[in-house]
Amino acid sequence: MIFLDFEAPVASLYERLQKVKEISQTEKVDLQSAIADLEKKIEAAKHKVYKNLSPWQRVQLSRHPERPYTLFYLKNMCENFTELYGDRLFGDDKAIVGGFGNLDGQTVMFIGHQKGKDTKSRQYRNFGMANPEGYRKALRLMKMAEKFDKPIVCFMDTPGAYPGIEAEERGQAEAIARNMYEMAQLKVPIICIVIGEGASGGAIGIGLGDRIAMLENTWYSVISPESCSSILWRSWDHKEKAADQLKLTATDMKELGLIDEIIPEPLGGAHNDPIITVKTVKSYIKQQLAYLMPIEPKVLVKKRIRKFGAMGKVEIVN
Amino acid sequence: MSWFKRVKEGITTKTAEKKEAPDGVWYKCTDCKKTMAMRQHRENLYVCEHCDYHARIGSKEYFSIIFDHEQYETLFSEIQPYDVLGFSDKKSYKVRLKQTKRKSGLDDAIQVAVGKLEGYSLVIAAMDFTFIGGSMGSVVGERIAKAIDYSIENNMPFLIISKSGGARMMESALSLMQMAKTSARLTLLAEAKLPYFSLMTDPTTGGVSASFAMLGDLNLAEPKALIGFAGPRVIKETIKRDLPEGFQTSEFLLEHGFLDLIIHRKDLKSKLAELYAYFRN
Repeated sequence: MIFLDFEAPVASLYERLQKVKEISQTEKVDLQSAIADLEKKIEAAKHKVYKNLSPWQRVQLSRHPERPYTLFYLKNMCENFTELYGDRLFGDDKAIVGGFGNLDGQTVMFIGHQKGKDTKSRQYRNFGMANPEGYRKALRLMKMAEKFDKPIVCFMDTPGAYPGIEAEERGQAEAIARNMYEMAQLKVPIICIVIGEGASGGAIGIGLGDRIAMLENTWYSVISPESCSSILWRSWDHKEKAADQLKLTATDMKELGLIDEIIPEPLGGAHNDPIITVKTVKSYIKQQLAYLMPIEPKVLVKKRIRKFGAMGKVEIVN
Repeated sequence: MSWFKRVKEGITTKTAEKKEAPDGVWYKCTDCKKTMAMRQHRENLYVCEHCDYHARIGSKEYFSIIFDHEQYETLFSEIQPYDVLGFSDKKSYKVRLKQTKRKSGLDDAIQVAVGKLEGYSLVIAAMDFTFIGGSMGSVVGERIAKAIDYSIENNMPFLIISKSGGARMMESALSLMQMAKTSARLTLLAEAKLPYFSLMTDPTTGGVSASFAMLGDLNLAEPKALIGFAGPRVIKETIKRDLPEGFQTSEFLLEHGFLDLIIHRKDLKSKLAELYAYFRN
């Protein structure tokens, strides 16, 4: 287990538990009651720590290194999943994955940002920061799904679209804009779920759909708290304040009318029980698909455009 | 006493030789630093007569350049910004809005107007960089959405003149969603078979370039404008090396296939009229 700074009370108890378990095994003494006692204490400490998480603590949880990523969901959610590669134009982006999956008999086109678990795979996935070809691969797969009447599910988890020379040369801005433009008109249901970080254009480039949901400990905003802090205060030191100000948690986003649903996570975050998390997400997808699939495509598109049309807060002064 | 000597350029000039002039008479080019009469510069459509630098101008100037007889009707000025989130950095967004409104004489970063271009009606939404860096918040998104609806109802083509650093941080995710909102709404203009012209001017970056600005039936730009997704400073910090010359300029974008055309400001009106006619005839 990897613990974050604010999880210290849980971490120290967990450490003690490991030690007691070790002693009980090596010394062959029965410490069952001590173990049970510690487990109870851990549970209590968890409740205390996780009951009132600050926005910045949720940002930390959304980036937890043991958090489940897109491919983990797909492998554990689908009976079969086949990853499909390439944008047919330039290459295959490793920061966005996609492919067909069988979700209890229903073929679904899954798209998602993918991060890595260790230094090597993190580099391979470019830390979940996609280049234009990632967005164009996503669009190619979504267009194919539309052609064969298959619903689309997008998992968002990115610290942002990659800001590099080549990304600009190949039209990062155009790729993201084009995806939103095309997604608005796709004649099949689209469900978008923020499973980790929902950073700005990088996230919304696969984020226009009929249902937008966020896992409980994720964030979705126009900018990361760190970048916001560095622009407004010229240093990263105000990231916690920035996280507060940006109203980036699932609760805030629901209140602002920008998302439809908050998907609960196990106590302590998705990584505490990834399998349960996958099950919860799966049941949300199935429930929403059952509702969206029978809707006539024309109506679906009209509602989708209207849904996003209603987003924003202005004052009408006559 | 040499360490008292001023070495920086500009402050070594004797007061008597300083070239400062009262505001409103002379104009000093931001690029080549040469001076010219303000009146001359205005007549030249705010393009430097020495180096051809296209100075940043606002919505009013663009409306005057493009609309016949400088006549147009402003639309959707009833849509006004407010501080939804209670956002506050060095000053609160509420105060920032108030001050910016007073300083710029504008009510948000975009103005929508309808008028005629060589006799034919056209809707234009033009952005103002002087209003919080031309940033896109809820008002920009809503005015664009309404301008699209208006274009469809009245069967008119639509032009957006972009000039923006991107989404407005002080409205957080509300700003972000304007990218999706405007992009989605543009598909309705396409369904109505009405042309959408996007003119990118200096600068067009971030959430604006990554939404409506790049989605024109025709993507147009003024010469040497900065156009890109990420700002040059962010890219430089990420890749930790210098950027090639001319990177993210209009010319760079045209070479990489993302622009149809670069239009000099003196040709803007006539070129737009010509392009409009292709769709009409």
